[in-house]
Amino acid sequence: MSRVGTAGERHAALTRGRAPGTLTRRESRVAWVMLLPVLIVVLGAVGYPLLRTLYLSFTDARLMAFTQAPPWVGLSNYAQALQSPAFQAATGRTALFVVASVGLEVLLGVLAALLLNQRFYGRALARALLIVPLALPTVVNAIMWRWIYNPEYGALNALLTQWHLLPEYRSWLGDPGSAMTMLIVADVWKNFPLVAIVALSALQLMDRALYEAADIDGAGAWTRFWRITWPGILPVLSVAIVLRTIEAVKVFDLVFVMTRGGPADSTKTLSLLVFEQGFGFLRSGVGAAYAYLVVAISAVLIALYLTLLRRQAAP
Amino acid sequence: MSHPRPAARRFLPLSAALALALSGVQTAAAQTTLSALFMKQAAYSEADVRAMTAAFQKANPGIVVNLEFVPYEGLREKTVAAQASGGYDVVLFDVIWPAEYAKNGFLQDVTGRVNKADVPKIFPGAWTTVQLGNRYYGLPWILDTKYLFYNTAMLKKAGIGAPPRTMEELLAQARIIKQKGLARYPIVSSWSQAEALVADYTMYVSAFGGQFLDAAGQPAFNTGGGLRALEFMVQTVKEGLTNPNSREYLEEDVRRVFSGGQAAFALNWTYMYALTQDKKESKVVGQVGIVPAPGARGGAKVSAVNGSMGLGITAGSKNPDAAWKYISYLTSRPVQEQYAKLSLPIWKASYSSPAVTRGQEAVVKAAGASIGAMYPRPVVPQYQEVSTILQKALQRALLGQVSPEAALDDAARQVAALK
Repeated sequence: MSRVGTAGERHAALTRGRAPGTLTRRESRVAWVMLLPVLIVVLGAVGYPLLRTLYLSFTDARLMAFTQAPPWVGLSNYAQALQSPAFQAATGRTALFVVASVGLEVLLGVLAALLLNQRFYGRALARALLIVPLALPTVVNAIMWRWIYNPEYGALNALLTQWHLLPEYRSWLGDPGSAMTMLIVADVWKNFPLVAIVALSALQLMDRALYEAADIDGAGAWTRFWRITWPGILPVLSVAIVLRTIEAVKVFDLVFVMTRGGPADSTKTLSLLVFEQGFGFLRSGVGAAYAYLVVAISAVLIALYLTLLRRQAAP
Repeated sequence: MSHPRPAARRFLPLSAALALALSGVQTAAAQTTLSALFMKQAAYSEADVRAMTAAFQKANPGIVVNLEFVPYEGLREKTVAAQASGGYDVVLFDVIWPAEYAKNGFLQDVTGRVNKADVPKIFPGAWTTVQLGNRYYGLPWILDTKYLFYNTAMLKKAGIGAPPRTMEELLAQARIIKQKGLARYPIVSSWSQAEALVADYTMYVSAFGGQFLDAAGQPAFNTGGGLRALEFMVQTVKEGLTNPNSREYLEEDVRRVFSGGQAAFALNWTYMYALTQDKKESKVVGQVGIVPAPGARGGAKVSAVNGSMGLGITAGSKNPDAAWKYISYLTSRPVQEQYAKLSLPIWKASYSSPAVTRGQEAVVKAAGASIGAMYPRPVVPQYQEVSTILQKALQRALLGQVSPEAALDDAARQVAALK
């Protein structure tokens, strides 16, 4: 009777003589052949539009079915964008939105995860409820919050006046001083569960022995969190942070549904500007350049995040 | 037709698309399918358009029309984005777009198709919706302007005999209503950062005798009547006469506030009248007056904005003949008279037809004075940019961030710099 090895042993046997995870040349060829259909689809559906947009960003293309090549303008669309006060202002607004919403989502998400990692009655239900905001389509979420903020009969006004925190009903989305904050609240409500779920999954994988050892050493709750929990969940959390940052930089539907960039441009973020140039003013070339600048900003932010997080995670 | 079982429901879109594709292949020879794009709000309701279309299909068995309805805010983008792919045959367009559509070749020139005998029978304001120079790019369908709606019960309680005929009277009456506590904010408007705000501003510009562009095509709205218009709007906000929430409202919000009995005056399109008389939609049934929007001392007698809309055939349409048949049907006098409750006909003769006037005598009477006064927004190919600049400038002044003069001067500089 032959001995049935564990999965690990079998894997070790298969990859003997090679670094784990590397394929033989033959296996590698098979892998490429298997991947080919997907690669073609990805290159066609993602690669072509990306390159086409890049090309358009160097031209003076207009949004119409053009029959001849649009005039080449080199970097002038990019130069115009970087010098435009509207672009600079929108970059500032977007930065505020990203920092505030991602920051709050991480804070609330980690707190919720810590809570849901405790044993208490109804924990399963609470965990299930966490999915609800995440499951809502962004547009539905935006419409729902617009009702909540309604100046005549919105729930927020009712709540705050009944608690005597607000003397009378007011306009939240029509006031440049509060509109952006209200958008951030709507975004945080919808997206903190993503951070919470990711953090919770990381918490559940933590080694209990570390905490027991810390207890014996007399570490308090605060020390335990910063020395054990936070470094433990950070690698996983970083994925959620990067994802949320990308999403937040390109925020569009939430703003479009709730304020369309108003009042007086106070919520006009970069994506709205791209939309305005491309579809509003029919300037595909300028719109493409704006879009690529948004991508560049995201790329820089993500690279920065990943470097920072890696440095922190490395002991 | 039986309802699909729940389990089968998720496959419905796929199977429907498949069926559509197959039916298209099988019946291409016998049947023409048109796609038409309409809007969801104001003027004719979705139900009205569906009913008109059903009647058209019955009368023209070879033609099937697929309808799509989007909010006004998405109408232009949908049309523009679909034009390269030829997505629609017939599109509804606003009076402010033909210059841009024509310049960029989005719509077919239908000058040769227009029946010249109909030209004098339709209001000139309606024709301007589809005309650029001496070329026609469609047929007018919705003839609309903003009217002054007032709550007759509130005016009576305030001891006011007649609705205002000038902006000065409007101000005086609103002050009385506010003083007597009949309405916290007597006036409600759609002053969100959107086209609706520019439409309202245009109406005030026409009242105070201003103009957008001078004879040389240079911005002139920052002087004279254009400036007074914005100063007036800002004054009503500062005095608490216009509801401050107006700065986040669109037309439907105005309708809800007015229909809830919270405002004495509202500026809105024709469609609001019928809905204020509907018990399901309104608390002020039987208490609504409608008159032409006020003029101003030393300015116009009445004010109005050209808010008309037309139907055109897209440049990419493969069935222009069927499309023309369809838009000719929708804009025809009998059809317009049958559905005159939410949108008044483009035909002059309709205004003496009992089918149109019955039950809405006040609307038709107001229209008689307003239609001739409809003031156009600037007719330029870069209208979208002009409007975007104006929206922001108007909002900044309405929010008290800058003075009306500074806001409009800044906007005029930006408009003058447009290429």
